[in-house]
Amino acid sequence: MNVGLPHFLTVGAILFALGLFAVMSRRNAIGILMGVELMLNASNINFVAFSRYVEHAVDGQIMAAFVIVLAAAEAAVALAIVLAMYRNFGTANADIAQRLKR
Amino acid sequence: MTGDLIFILLALLTLVSAVWVVLSRNLVHAGFGLLFTLFGAAGLYAYMGADFIAVTQVMVYIGGVLVLVLFTVMMTHVPRDKQRHGVDRYVPAAVFALLVFGVLYKTITAVSWHGLAGPAHPTVARIGAGVMTDYIFPFEYVSLVLLAAMIGAALLTREYHPTAEEGDAPAEDAATDQEVAS
Repeated sequence: MNVGLPHFLTVGAILFALGLFAVMSRRNAIGILMGVELMLNASNINFVAFSRYVEHAVDGQIMAAFVIVLAAAEAAVALAIVLAMYRNFGTANADIAQRLKR
Repeated sequence: MTGDLIFILLALLTLVSAVWVVLSRNLVHAGFGLLFTLFGAAGLYAYMGADFIAVTQVMVYIGGVLVLVLFTVMMTHVPRDKQRHGVDRYVPAAVFALLVFGVLYKTITAVSWHGLAGPAHPTVARIGAGVMTDYIFPFEYVSLVLLAAMIGAALLTREYHPTAEEGDAPAEDAATDQEVAS
């Protein structure tokens, strides 16, 4: 076996499918967020793999760095929303709490 | 040969713990599974010679995002995803996820990739030069996004006192909505 681009793309695809499954099946908002993180990591693996095997430059890695930064910002705001939701409704269940305001 | 073995171990670490994240009923366990998934992904980045991304992954994801996630799980007192039984939820999600994976895998196997890995060079200097030249506008824009996210998170987690002054409550809500929208 010679590890190449398809192996990394397959790992990324499996990770993306798992994240999608978590987003669709979890009811707790934090669990949904974990699924989103998995999907973002799958896209990052693809970015870095293409940058390594096809592009031979670092533009893909710069994109991956931007994805990491935006994922951190998204996690901070989303978890703040979850905390506000929990304070107002007493639950972090995404099915029950559908409004941000009381 | 050793390189192949390392890749297989890293991929297994990433994917097995990702399955743990997805299927675990206890959200604290899912969070610790996420730790190993992110660490395995960082290993994969290092395997591909992306040293800067690997270190950033460890610092930002494992050191920042994961700690936030675990804190939130423990602060909301719902470590168990109780309502998550029943086929009405699992089956459509599994079918759709498998469908998406099938399409992706079909695409990966249908294309004959000619990409070959050159020798790996340190990337930090090149990434720094790229961020300061070609990507200067996205770089500055991302700093604005981070500022907005910081203000938004601080506003959203602020204690809400309805008895203090009813007059300024709508203004506060408007500001919060604005931050979320941006």
